[in-house]
This record gives sequence, structure tokens and C-alpha cells, in this order.
Amino acid sequence: MKFRSKIIDIGCLNHFTRVVTTISKLTKTCVLRLTPDNLYFVLSGKVANGGVGMWCELSQAKFFDEFQLEGVSAEANEICLELAPDNLSRALKTAHNAKTVKIKLTKKHCPCLTIAAELPTMSSTSRVVTHDIPVDVIPKRLWNDFKEPSMPDFDVSIYMPPLKIMKNVVDRMKNLSNFLVIEANMNGEMNLKIETDLVSVTTHFRDLGNPPWAGGDGSQAGANSQRDPETMVQARVDVRKLQQFLMGQQFNPSKAMCNIVQNTIIHLILLYEDVSLQYFIPAVA
Amino acid sequence: MDCVVTGGNVKVLAKAIHSLSRIGDELYLEPQEDGLTLRTVNSSRSAYACFLFAPLFFSRYVNPEGHGFRCKMAIKSVQAVFRSLATLEKTVEKCHIELDADRNRLTFTLHCKHGLLKTHNLSFQDSESLQALFDKDSSTNVLKAQPRVLADTVLNFPPSLDEVTVTVSDERVWFRNHVDQEAEPSKAMLTELCLSSDEFDHFEVRARSSVTFCLKELRGLLVFAESTGLPVSMYFDKPGSPVVLSVTDSVLDGNFVLATLSDESGVQTSDRAGTPAPPADDFMNDELESYLIAMDTSMAAGPSVPAPPAPLAPGRVGSPTATPDPWSPAHSEPGEDLTEEEEEPGRPPNKKFRSLFFGSVYPPGSPLGGHTPSSQKVLASDSEEDG
Repeated sequence: MKFRSKIIDIGCLNHFTRVVTTISKLTKTCVLRLTPDNLYFVLSGKVANGGVGMWCELSQAKFFDEFQLEGVSAEANEICLELAPDNLSRALKTAHNAKTVKIKLTKKHCPCLTIAAELPTMSSTSRVVTHDIPVDVIPKRLWNDFKEPSMPDFDVSIYMPPLKIMKNVVDRMKNLSNFLVIEANMNGEMNLKIETDLVSVTTHFRDLGNPPWAGGDGSQAGANSQRDPETMVQARVDVRKLQQFLMGQQFNPSKAMCNIVQNTIIHLILLYEDVSLQYFIPAVA
Repeated sequence: MDCVVTGGNVKVLAKAIHSLSRIGDELYLEPQEDGLTLRTVNSSRSAYACFLFAPLFFSRYVNPEGHGFRCKMAIKSVQAVFRSLATLEKTVEKCHIELDADRNRLTFTLHCKHGLLKTHNLSFQDSESLQALFDKDSSTNVLKAQPRVLADTVLNFPPSLDEVTVTVSDERVWFRNHVDQEAEPSKAMLTELCLSSDEFDHFEVRARSSVTFCLKELRGLLVFAESTGLPVSMYFDKPGSPVVLSVTDSVLDGNFVLATLSDESGVQTSDRAGTPAPPADDFMNDELESYLIAMDTSMAAGPSVPAPPAPLAPGRVGSPTATPDPWSPAHSEPGEDLTEEEEEPGRPPNKKFRSLFFGSVYPPGSPLGGHTPSSQKVLASDSEEDG
């Protein structure tokens, strides 16, 4: 198993750092899947995480100048590592003005992802800072847990309101209740509701627009078109999970969508230029 | 005591106090002929910091009480006087520090723009003299760098990091985060920064060595160095010997003396109150109090000077060197016949580390009551007999 990569462009480095920082705010540990074309940060929706799932996909060519991978075997040419994204984020931040950054898989006292950055200095020789992040290599037999989640058969799909506004609303609601109901319809309307014994608060968003999932799953499109666009579909989630998702966002996505499966799951999709992030929050009764 | 600090020096004084506050909770103030010293030490006595401001630093420096006056006060109270550094710079024209002997108060008066006067009356306690014994000039390795270099280096480490290991070879220096052996070694992230000798103003390495000390205390000094732009010098020898960080200019001299981890097996002398069990800490504090009280009351009599180095050399067990160096007590095993030991029988070995710096109480008339900016000499035992 071998992995060597290099980033030279500062813009790419900063962009990559921001993605990793966003991931680090969403979860304490996650799995990094490396394939010849892509990198994936994966959190599988097991009960241990509270059922929250995450899938973040980056195209390696958009970030790295060099990317060499020799996976576990010829047929399974990929590497799966479990790590703490916070370590990676911190390491990348110290290299924010580096001339080059190399990321490679090494074996020190344990398998490590080593970040080596060459920092500019006033003198002729450069400074090299090395960070060794301990990782766990995930054996091939467990890879099934970390494959791309399939798009759930959603009842409603809607564009989200500006994340900042949503975050402000959810922050305030968190003080009042532990659970929040998200409901939306195919008419571009979304409501965030909380209800307690003493108080109920609803925030209404209108004219959000609905993504056209045309040309996709025929049956889905069919089911949606049959449903009355005014009908609200809802799911009740733990407000802290939603808040954690909104807090972590480091930069504005070009598209942000929310798919809701009635009383089952919320599927949030953020699309940036070179990165896509999907986040699944299960509904509670 | 009566002195006045004007203009930009007020900020320098304020910064010095702020950086001392990163080390200890109490500020020991001692005006002497050669200047005003501000000192502090941390609770586990493994870090000591001292700033000496020469009379020229002040626009007026008068010391009518002579050597007699020494006090200590809560550092937070003094910090409160110099609280907002940005406004200090803009509004304070001068700062007048005066001892009000009648009411036992030290008065800090800030003369600000537009005729505004801010007066702070701080109470103080009489104290013994706090003085560490160290000799920079005999250090094996000396590095000197602009504060920016060290500040950038330290930025690579997380703010929560306790200890950093500095390793030198002929041409390079490595800064590494120190991972406590007791913690899970495989889970910690390791960071290492390598600097070459040409980044330093002065790079003198006579012996390869690797020392580990507390990063937080280094950051305290860097805050001061960066704001004054003074280069920082680092003097060190081998593990277990303290590292001295200093900044100097013509009117001030700042020294931070930090204990380093000894690499002898079993002697865990880190400044994290080394002993594993909390009760030992309380015990340590109790001992310390009684030690200080003993010092106080014996001021007049002049206790025998602790740590006369030369006689100890032959008798020491487990010490790697036989040279009379002042901080060798750290290597000694308990039961060694040290003068300090006599005053505090039964002290467990790790405490010896913290007392490493502590010089005696010098009675007022002693010629060694102060120290000069030019040299920090180890006191040989014979000259102390009159003490």
C-alpha cells in the first residue's frame, strides 16, 4: 500500500483545508477513502454516530499536483483509513502559506498520514514542518460499510434557504427544544417548527424552489408529480445534529438541497465547485 | 521607593507584567540600586521569570529605603492597573510607582491625557527574596533568534500543547511536541519543525542535546519579545538542566528559567506537578509554606546558603557529571547531604526539582542581594559565610 501526493497551488491548498475543516466540525473521526481519482470522507450511519451519515467526495485532480496511489491489491486499488479530521485540519492550517505540501502514508510508530510542508523563510534554506497523524487502516472486508450511500426515495426535494439564516434560526430554536420538525413541499416552501408544552415556534421560508430531478428515477418523478405540491412532508430530527451540520460550514455552497423522506430521514446535499457533501440525519419519532 | 516610567516604556513595563503573569500568580517586587526587579515563580517551582529594569529605564528612580524593601502582591492586581494595552499606548503619558509606607500600599498612578489621573493603591505582603541561581555563560548551547522566528515556530503547535522538545545538532534545530509516555502513544499527532542554523542570529552548539520544557512559559516570553522586537536567546545544556530564555537591551534584562524533563529513568521531573497522586501536591504546598516561613523568620540569622555546588560534586549519586554546576541538585537522590535537604527533611525526590532554583534569603546587607544585568554568577559557598 502506498500513497504519495503533493499540493503546490496555494489556492488549492486553502480550498482543501477548508473542506477538511468543515469535515472536522461535523465529526470527530471519519474514514478517508483514497482511490486513484477521488478522495472520500465517509461517516457511516451507524447507531454509534446517532445514525448520522456523511459522504464527502473530492476529485483529486482539482487539488493535487501529484497523486500516486497503490491500493490494497490490483483489483481493489484503494486505501481506506480511519482518522481524526481535526488533526488533519490543524496540520493543514499550519501550512497555510507553504511552498509545497506533501501528504503521504507512512509507518512510524504506527501507520500515519504524514503532512510535510515546506515553509518560506527569510533565509535561503526553508523550514520543514512535519505532522504525523496516526491512522487506522481499514481492512478490505469492512469496506462495505463505507460505500456511497444510495439516494433515498425522497418525498420532497427542495433548495435550502441561505445556510447562515437557517443556522441563526436553528441556534435560537435549540434553546427551546431538543427536537425540531423540518417540513417542506414541492412548492418551494419550508418550515422549521418546534413545539413544547409552553411554546411553539415556526419559521416559514418561501420561494425556495425545488430541484428538478427530472431524467432520473422515473418512478420518483412520477410519484412526486402525483402528489399535491402544497402537501407538506415532514421529519422530526434532533436539533443538535442539524445545528452541528450548519455550524460546520466554512464556505458557501453553490447549491444546497434538502430531501425529506416522511418521518424517516433528512438528506442534505451541498455542492461546491469541486466538492460534494451529503449528510443524513435520521428522523426520530 | 519612588519611580516614574514615561512614554513607550509604560507599555514595555505592562508587557513584562503580562508575560510574568503567564508564569506565576504572585509578583515579587524588589527595588535595588541597580534597578527594579520583578520576579515570579510558578506554583510547582519549575519556572522562574525575572525582569530587571535599570534606573535608566525610568525617568526618575529613587530608592530611599535602600535594600530593605521587598514585597509581593497578586499579579492580577498589578495587571489590572495595566489592563488595556491599546489604550495604554494612546493615553498614558507616564506611570508613577510609589511606596506609601504609612499605609502599607504601593501606589500606581497613571498620568493620562487631558489631565486624567488614575490611581491604584495596591496592598502588598512583605516577602523573602525570590532568586534563582543560574549561570547562562556556562551553557553548552546558545541560540539567539529574532522573536518572529520563534513565534512562527510556536504557531505550528496547538495552543493546548504542554511540552515541547528542542533538539540541536551542528547545523539544525528541531522543535517537536512532547508526547507523554503515559498517554496512549499511538493516538497522538506528532509535529516536528526543523530550522536551519542560518535562521538564527547566533547559533552555538557545543554538544548535541535534546531538552523538553513547557511551551506555555516560552509563549509568555515571546509575547514580550515580539512587542519589543528584542531577540530571544536560549541557553541550555542537557536534559534535567534548566533552559534559560533571555531578552536583553541596554535598560532591561529579562530571564525566564524553565525546568526541563530529566531523562533519567524514574525521575519524572516535568513541571506538571510530577507526582501522580493529587495528595502529594497538597503535601508539596504545605512543605513549601513551611519552607518559606522558615526562610522568613531566619532572615536575620542568615541561613546557611543552600546549594553550595563544589562540596556536593563528589558526594552525588547518579549525577552524570561531576562538575560543580548549580542545578545539579536535580539529579541527586534523596538522602543526599545537601544543605537544603537539612532544612526540609524527608522531601520526596521530585520536589527537589522545583527547589532547584531557590537561592537563600539574602539578609539586607549582603552584597549578593541583587544581581547585575551583566552576569549571573553561581555563588560559591565560601563567599556566603557572612550571610
